[in-house]
Amino acid sequence: MKRSEAIERILENIGETDLALFTTGMISREAFSAKDRDANFYMIGSMGLLAAMGLGIALNKPDRRIVVIEGDGSALMSLGTLPLIAHEAPGNFIHVILDNEAYESTGNQPSISRGRDLAKHAEASGYAVVDRAEELAAFTEKFKQHCAATGPTCLVAKVGGRGSHSIPRIDLDPPDLKDRFRSQC
Amino acid sequence: MIPANKFWAALTAREFHFFSGVPCSILTEALAVIPDEPKIRYVPAVREDLALGVASGGYFAGKRSGILIQNSGLGNIVNGLTSYSLMYEVPILMFITWRGFQGKDAPEHILMGDKMLEFLGLMGVPHRVLEDDNLESSLDEAIKYMDTEQRPFAIIVRKGAIG
Repeated sequence: MKRSEAIERILENIGETDLALFTTGMISREAFSAKDRDANFYMIGSMGLLAAMGLGIALNKPDRRIVVIEGDGSALMSLGTLPLIAHEAPGNFIHVILDNEAYESTGNQPSISRGRDLAKHAEASGYAVVDRAEELAAFTEKFKQHCAATGPTCLVAKVGGRGSHSIPRIDLDPPDLKDRFRSQC
Repeated sequence: MIPANKFWAALTAREFHFFSGVPCSILTEALAVIPDEPKIRYVPAVREDLALGVASGGYFAGKRSGILIQNSGLGNIVNGLTSYSLMYEVPILMFITWRGFQGKDAPEHILMGDKMLEFLGLMGVPHRVLEDDNLESSLDEAIKYMDTEQRPFAIIVRKGAIG
């Protein structure tokens, strides 16, 4: 599956009040391009910080569903976040890692995730539910299951990138984006 | 010395309930009493930038939030400040210990101890150094700044400040 297709399926299947947080780089840009919504947060800077931010929101908003969508690069950058999330164990936390085995927004340099299974890290960390998906239909089905499960859940999908930088950058002013998202929390 | 329970009481009285951090020996007493503080939710982070990220979740949920870190961890938090907290305008109260104060400490703390206040100034993060008699006024100043500027504020904690 293409990463952009996975992002589209996520946005089609989350609830209206679900908070969706997208990681630095192409994932945020593709989400912004596919379906911008007030309850979307795009991490423009601070690669690796997004899941920790999502954890903090999940702990403070237990009645809301928090969906954190990140890539292999950002997950690897702060791998210690996985046991931290499992330790705090928010039932409303859904972690999706879209693994394209590359740093695409900086020129498609290979990441170290090829031949490595990030889902095993989530399993070893103690996530309540961990799944992998390679086909889009299976990914969509697993994502729906994770939305209905008691978390924290982690869904790892090997994806193909876009191979193009034609997708626009996010043109929202960061403080405005923050205020917009916060008003939905 | 500010008793640890009074430290937390001053914070909860000002609606600070959500914290994250990475330990420092200067914070031993403050951290030790957290299990006895039902109004405090503390998340033990694994890096200082992740503590900033976790604490910011409280802000998004409409609560006052803070972190407690050692000054050595300022090195880990720079990008979290420059391209997250300061860029998006996410105000977080930062308690930062002052290892290496006046050059008297283990060698790994000397340089950061010497440069810390200058470094915070470069980052545009205002600070107050905690004294026996300025906890409440420092918190009130921090709240005023964070509410109006939507930026982080640092309170520097020296050895023996909280006990």
